[in-house]
Amino acid sequence: MLPFSVFIIFVIIFFIFYKALEDSKLYTPDVNIKKEMPVFNTKEFFSGENVKSSNIFKLDKIYLLNIWSSWCVPCRQEHPFLMNLNLDNKVNIIGLNYKDNFKNAKNFLKELGNPYKEIFIDLDGTIAIEWGAYGVPESFLVYNNEIIKKYIGPLNQELVDEIKLLIK
Amino acid sequence: MIYSFVGYYSLIIGLIIGLSLFYFSYKNFNNSNILDTKILSFTFLQLFFVVISFICLIFSFVVSDFSNETVFNNSHTTKPLFYKISGTWGNHEGSLLLWLLVLTLFIFLFLVSTKNQSVKYKILTLVFQQIIIIGFFLFLILTSNPFNYIFPIPTEGLGLNPILQDPALAIHPPILYLGYVGSSIIFSSVLAATSLKIISISWASHIKKWVLISWIFLTLGILLGSIWAYYELGWGGFWFWDPVENVSLMPWLALTTLLHCILVLEKKSTLTSWVIILSIATFTLSMCGTFLVRSGILNSVHTFANDPERGLFILVFLFILIFLSILIFFIFHRDNDNKSYNFFWLSKETSILINNWFMMYFLSVVLIGTVYPIFLDVISSQKISVGPPFYHKLMIPFLIPFLLMMAIGPKLRWIKSQLEDKIYLISFLVISILLAFLVLKNFNQNFLINTILISSALYLFFITLRDFFVKKYKNISQNIAHFGFSLLILSILFNNLFASEIITNLKVGETFENSKTKIVFESVVQKKEKNYKAIVANFTISNSNGEEDRLSPELRIYNQPVIATSEAYIKTTLMSDKFIVINLVQNQDFFNVRYQVKPFMLWIWLSVILISIGGIVSFLHRR
Repeated sequence: MLPFSVFIIFVIIFFIFYKALEDSKLYTPDVNIKKEMPVFNTKEFFSGENVKSSNIFKLDKIYLLNIWSSWCVPCRQEHPFLMNLNLDNKVNIIGLNYKDNFKNAKNFLKELGNPYKEIFIDLDGTIAIEWGAYGVPESFLVYNNEIIKKYIGPLNQELVDEIKLLIK
Repeated sequence: MIYSFVGYYSLIIGLIIGLSLFYFSYKNFNNSNILDTKILSFTFLQLFFVVISFICLIFSFVVSDFSNETVFNNSHTTKPLFYKISGTWGNHEGSLLLWLLVLTLFIFLFLVSTKNQSVKYKILTLVFQQIIIIGFFLFLILTSNPFNYIFPIPTEGLGLNPILQDPALAIHPPILYLGYVGSSIIFSSVLAATSLKIISISWASHIKKWVLISWIFLTLGILLGSIWAYYELGWGGFWFWDPVENVSLMPWLALTTLLHCILVLEKKSTLTSWVIILSIATFTLSMCGTFLVRSGILNSVHTFANDPERGLFILVFLFILIFLSILIFFIFHRDNDNKSYNFFWLSKETSILINNWFMMYFLSVVLIGTVYPIFLDVISSQKISVGPPFYHKLMIPFLIPFLLMMAIGPKLRWIKSQLEDKIYLISFLVISILLAFLVLKNFNQNFLINTILISSALYLFFITLRDFFVKKYKNISQNIAHFGFSLLILSILFNNLFASEIITNLKVGETFENSKTKIVFESVVQKKEKNYKAIVANFTISNSNGEEDRLSPELRIYNQPVIATSEAYIKTTLMSDKFIVINLVQNQDFFNVRYQVKPFMLWIWLSVILISIGGIVSFLHRR
């Protein structure tokens, strides 16, 4: 009886390891689309007041969450496209200021314009991780509190056209 | 290119020799009482071809032959020669080739040096070892060929991970492997001895030296890894209960227990089941460690490549070995020492047995802490992380009786004993408690447990110290090792209890001051080396005694691959280490400065060296 039960125990251990092998534990940000939007609490950029994400993202409206930073060079590149997108007034662009310095960020907006309806601060980068961002810039299209589409890297004319198409 | 070619075909030849050895073994096993010279020469040839293959890989690294995929992935022309060579085993493929090298080396040495054992036993050991060797040959050739060819040939390699560019880490893998893989020979010979039912006193004294070799190298290997973590990673500690560290600690615990069991077996011819199971456990735990860190199940610096195919291969292979050994254990082993388990309560073997159970307990704690999160994730998709508090809370209380038993146990005689010299044993205990009390007088936190812990460690310290000067006491190796262990526990305790830390943000020219310490951030200089650029920060730190130190931590930016690392500056003195590390804060003109004073840091390394010297003395003593 003893040999048999020892054998069974090891068979079980084998299968658990085998299952564990199937999904690697290396941390990779989640790229799933149509995913529930993460909820967060943070500070408003200009006023510094505490805000909840549920107060910003309303149902039945389309939002584009853009993660940006003044030190990020590609953000500079994509900024005109955000300005352009804002002209249509169909999508509410929300900025998430990523690991940035307030003074630099303000100068950045003064210089290139402010396409954002609202801006929030992500000082330590944790909100970006919760959203599943790899870095800056990244944009998330949000509708009904669900992430519909994720854009890694700077937006360009092609992507802006795609976003416009999706909104329709 | 030619090196890759020669290296690859050497591996194939080695594999074929391995298979042919089965045939010779089979023929020799039934027909003769003398070991066939063919077996010996073929084992040597196998070793020879693996050495050739290994040398070829080293040459490919030295001449930066980027047509070799392994070299391309892990080397760069601007690397110093030393790190080009150590890069050979600083990656998955190369380190497996090193495994294979040690496996073949050990079986050859085993066959050459084993004199007084039966031919059948030698052949059977060879067969079991060849099963392991062939498994690794196949693993290497099928899933992790170190000689993969890439075309077009890249002009430059990707470089070696900078945290692996450290002298301690360059010798850490070979030393650790000698310990890990050395346990394979114990595994093979225990299976052979069990099948032939020759586990006896003479077998015990024959296998003891192999256990000692593995144990010494494993101890030193773990020490080197720990030193590397302290100096290079700059985490400010020597042990983090990281899964990777745990998987090296588990075979060590099993091997240490095995060593003590062998001692009992050698004297009293009992505890055979312990010996067999522990021998099997040591090697399977080493293999299991390889599986856990290489398959990507655990994420760590040792996870070189995350390829599920490789993980599956090791997993299947590991369990084939486990089932094989379970089978052999249950078929051949008849436990006939039931009677002798009735040890007299006050005897050496009882005390060894008790401490063995403590060791098994420590082993289970580490095993559960390491593996349970994986199990839980698979079964219920919950993620938990097991940190140092888990291990500390479960282990520290049990360390107290363990230490006391370590002090008293060696005083007892075999079979039946009485405690002699009770007066000095008790007086030492009183002295230890008083001393611990005095040391911790002004210390508020966890006063009771710390006092008891330090008293028991001091007790072991005094008892073993006294034994050095007692003439009639012969077992010098045991005494050194136990003395080293008491020193280790004491150093760790003092290191934890009396460490101090300052974390602050400083700009160049600024000063931080509190009642005890004054930190002046003097200047920042730039430095350029062959494989990295660095910012060197100069600090002057003075304490209340007026002592002044100049410390210069660095921020390094390696060129291939581009990775920034913080190089801690550690000033080591006999009684304490001063440790400073800086970090850049994004978009700020100040640096984050972490300054620590860690007492008795050096003594931790020294005591582990002492422990292994105990093993070395024991090994040499037998010759």
